[in-house]
Amino acid sequence: MSRQEKIIEIVKRVSKSDVAPDPEESLFDSGYLDSFALTDMVGELEREFDIAIPDSDLTPRRFDSLERIESYVARLCDQPA
Amino acid sequence: MPSIVSFGRYLPAAVLRNDELAARLQVDAAWISGVSGIEERRIALPGETVADMAFEAGRDCLSRACLSHTSAKPGLILVASGSSERRFPGPAAEVAHRLGFAGTPAIDLALASAGSLFGIVLGAQLAPQYGPVLLIASEKMSAPAVTEPLDKNIAILFGDGAGACLIQPGGPGLEIADSVLHSDGAWANDLQLGLTGPIHMNGPTVIMQAARKIPAAISELLKRNAVAPDAIAQFVMHQANQNLIDRVARALQVPAARFYSNIQKYGNTSSASLLIAASEWHEQPALKAGDRICLAAFGAGFHWGAALLTAAF
Repeated sequence: MSRQEKIIEIVKRVSKSDVAPDPEESLFDSGYLDSFALTDMVGELEREFDIAIPDSDLTPRRFDSLERIESYVARLCDQPA
Repeated sequence: MPSIVSFGRYLPAAVLRNDELAARLQVDAAWISGVSGIEERRIALPGETVADMAFEAGRDCLSRACLSHTSAKPGLILVASGSSERRFPGPAAEVAHRLGFAGTPAIDLALASAGSLFGIVLGAQLAPQYGPVLLIASEKMSAPAVTEPLDKNIAILFGDGAGACLIQPGGPGLEIADSVLHSDGAWANDLQLGLTGPIHMNGPTVIMQAARKIPAAISELLKRNAVAPDAIAQFVMHQANQNLIDRVARALQVPAARFYSNIQKYGNTSSASLLIAASEWHEQPALKAGDRICLAAFGAGFHWGAALLTAAF
């Protein structure tokens, strides 16, 4: 499963939705995520990709669309250890 | 070791139920309870002030401690509030005067939700020097919460009330064994109340930060005291949102029932909520010598932290 597919699965799981959002669609405005689902999603991203998201990065804007999430996760996954 | 010997509280008589609020906000009452766990909240009278409620909670606390206002006066009074009516003076000196302790030093803590926790930690540090510390937290957040422009996500949350505790320099009670406090002003604009309201809250940011920082502070505290979360008899948290309390419990892998909750009755009373909750919890007969209690709070600033108490009789 690709990174993008894993992220979609996580979003669908925490939002309890069977339908994947469009890549650029706002996950808040479209109702996929609320504050608590967003918190759950961050925890799942950390576990799935074995990354540590610092508190300073925990802003809704950073996780507002599949595209943004993928870009952010890629940056953490691909940075040198 | 400094210890809490009594708690007190005051809740206004007027009850605002979800169905009444829902009609005004044009939302579903079930939505309110679903996103917050709140069923109703208490609302202060229009002329009732933060100092009025603080006075009542302080008097209740002193009464429970079997102290009279003249025979065993506190050496210091701390009053936390994020909603006092005046820029200055804050309510502390007025409350001290009305309780009969004019001349006793009285300090205002301009802290909202985490005010009780910070006050307990400060009180524990100051009690050996000043003698008994009466800590009161009092909030009238319901009015700024419904100030126009109305934000339904904020209007549903807040209630009014006051809580108090008396911290003695030593002796039996709930010993204040250790604590951790943190502040980070980078988030100051994400939760704030200006001079006239309304309350501004960036809900997702606040929830994300609180859901991470509260369990982290508790873990930091318990780890350095070599205490497992499961060894805590009771957690008492700032009553911000039931969903947040449940997530903190989950993060610590502790049953949610171990976290005392009364948010369904009173809503979020900001800094007062921790002491109101502790006051109700403390009336339960289940407490045993040696029991460990963990307090935790998070709020505007951001300020957050946790305190470890041990029951010593």
